[in-house]
Amino acid sequence: MAVSKAKTPISEQDPGERVKNFKEVCLGYTLEEGMAEAARCLQCKDAPCVAGCPVAIDIPGFVLAIKNGDMKKSVQVLAQYTNLPAVCGRVCPQETQCEGVCRLGRAKGFEPVAIGKLERLAADWNYSQPDTLVCDVPDEKIGRVAVVGAGPASLTVSGDLVKMGYEVTMYEALHAPGGVLMYGIPEFRLPKSIVGREIEAITCLGVKFEANVVVGRTITMQEIGERFDACFIGVGAGAPHFQGIPGTTLNGVYSASEYLTRINLMHGYEFPEYDTPAKKSKKVVVIGGGNVAMDAARSAKRLGAESVTIVYRRSLEELPARIEEYHHAVEEGIEFRWLSNPTRYKDDGTGKLGGVDCVRMELGEPDASGRRRPAPVEGSEFFVEADTAIEAIGQGANRVLLSTYPELKLNKWGYIDADPKTGATSVPGVFAGGDIVTGAATVILAMGAGKDAARAIDEYVRSRK
Amino acid sequence: MFKIVSAERIAPKEYDLWVEAPMIASRARPGQFVVLRANERGERVPLTIADFDEGRGAIRIIFQAVGKTTAMMASLKTGDSILDISGPLGSPSEIENFGTVMMVGGGVGIAALYPIIRGLKRAGNKVVTILGGRTSELVIMKEECAAFSDELIVTTDDGSEGMKGLVTDAMKMVAGREEPIARCWAIGPSIMMKFCALAAGELGLPIWVSMNPIMVDGTGMCGCCRLNVDGHIKFGCVDGPEFDGHKVDWDDFMNRMRQYKEEEKISMDRYAAEAGDLSWL
Repeated sequence: MAVSKAKTPISEQDPGERVKNFKEVCLGYTLEEGMAEAARCLQCKDAPCVAGCPVAIDIPGFVLAIKNGDMKKSVQVLAQYTNLPAVCGRVCPQETQCEGVCRLGRAKGFEPVAIGKLERLAADWNYSQPDTLVCDVPDEKIGRVAVVGAGPASLTVSGDLVKMGYEVTMYEALHAPGGVLMYGIPEFRLPKSIVGREIEAITCLGVKFEANVVVGRTITMQEIGERFDACFIGVGAGAPHFQGIPGTTLNGVYSASEYLTRINLMHGYEFPEYDTPAKKSKKVVVIGGGNVAMDAARSAKRLGAESVTIVYRRSLEELPARIEEYHHAVEEGIEFRWLSNPTRYKDDGTGKLGGVDCVRMELGEPDASGRRRPAPVEGSEFFVEADTAIEAIGQGANRVLLSTYPELKLNKWGYIDADPKTGATSVPGVFAGGDIVTGAATVILAMGAGKDAARAIDEYVRSRK
Repeated sequence: MFKIVSAERIAPKEYDLWVEAPMIASRARPGQFVVLRANERGERVPLTIADFDEGRGAIRIIFQAVGKTTAMMASLKTGDSILDISGPLGSPSEIENFGTVMMVGGGVGIAALYPIIRGLKRAGNKVVTILGGRTSELVIMKEECAAFSDELIVTTDDGSEGMKGLVTDAMKMVAGREEPIARCWAIGPSIMMKFCALAAGELGLPIWVSMNPIMVDGTGMCGCCRLNVDGHIKFGCVDGPEFDGHKVDWDDFMNRMRQYKEEEKISMDRYAAEAGDLSWL
């Protein structure tokens, strides 16, 4: 049978319908659709997709199992490499990783195998079974490891170490585990029940989870050093940047972190059933061009905004958001003002935002990041009416832990200076990974750092026994 | 779960809870706060730590029942629990021997002021404390503050106790004496702190205030609590809660405090409909 050129179509909620709810946009493959898609895989011996995956999942292996209809086997293959398959299948940028190097996709006119969608199919199948697959954990313990933070990097380290035979205690500042998976990525992209199940699969292996512990405040790194054989710091970037333009403290101006945390972690979209309010806005401006900007814009739309405009200082070509997220945003009626930047938030006369002064930008020479540097065009000022503005322009290093732990060497950006291969820091026995090392990046890169750190922590603890 | 070991109504709409939280109790310092979430659907609310007892492993929180969460918390009894408490958060007060300090408190702000008064007294300061309220029964913790003050002045708007007038009147009186004041602290409603800062300015005195902005996480992650201090954006939760009172943009701050007024009313009305008579608050 000839291999179809296009990916097996996947069903999605209709754009007109989905902007009225927070339910997941992508509905996933049925088993039959999944088997058909899995059959497109060429089963390359040298599997470029595996090399393209930050955690080197045996992609041909789990895809072959799906093709054969052996879902249990595909789950088992995935479990050897990842603790968060349902999450990764949804939020990994597959187009620049596994699918970006897929040999089928390299052939003229062919789309790559829908690896991400197959991964989520296997994970979702597993969670739909009465007996979810659980790994064995060694009875004998090698040592005790503290994990600070409970986002993707920390969950990966914890899952891997507990499987190797460590006693792991995970400390989280917020009331729930998951980090950015819980407070940042919206329900319509990553349902929280799915995050909850993946975390449960990790904690039921024996990882001890302690919420409401702000390391540096509730307990110190010194205490952790006394009680544990090693420690992993995966606290995320976690300090929102503001452009600092006039009017930033007006009511109606938010960081994307606040806007999304209110909606996601605190269920603001279900106010007043839940106590934390998320404002229902009429006209919304979102500043930035990353996935977080898309998430904030699409969330505002779902809260009932009449118009949502993304203001981005570069053009579509430079947009850092995943193309899938951009397309979804366009389908949902989000407008884009390319090559534009806000310069001032204007008071409506009552202390609330009334609109945003903006200026047109043009692209000059490439900057340090290799992208062309935008500069304002003189005399090109324009005004956008808005009652809400959300800044999604990135984050810096959160100082709560770092300021209480001066022994830890930081890099010139204020993030933790850690070995990119092992996560080892300037303090022996203390490892770090994820956004607190790299600055804001992706879930899968944080997981990759977590996997490397778990191996390095194991070596470190064994070397000292 | 954090178990309530004692619960008491100390003034109309003002409540005093001691809650089991050993880790927080062992770390807390004057000036710090906690963020709590009362139940599964609750919001995250910042409240100052009014006291801490490492031996009993408990912290004390005193709050005014002004909205849904605090009204609901007012109904909690000994043996009930609060789902989540995280802390101690924020930077502690700077406690050292400054000489003579003037400590001004109003409303439930007195609860936040109390551990600072105690810390400053123990550090060797001469402590002059001014506590004010609309009427006598709203001036809480008088005996406790008096125990760590060299002088305690009470002011009431209606003259029902102490000096008739405002805390700023008492500030001017104390500052008019020969003895120099090294530093002031003022903690209370925003409007009180604003006028204390203005009075301190007129009197040429340095003054610290403790800001209580709306927060979500309380650890510097969201920026909800940002305020204008000396023209710069600061986060109440990690840069504060204490700031130089002369540098705070008070009108900007008070505007931000009104941000969720409509939603707060929706929540409170729903709660009142559910809970029935709330006149006991």
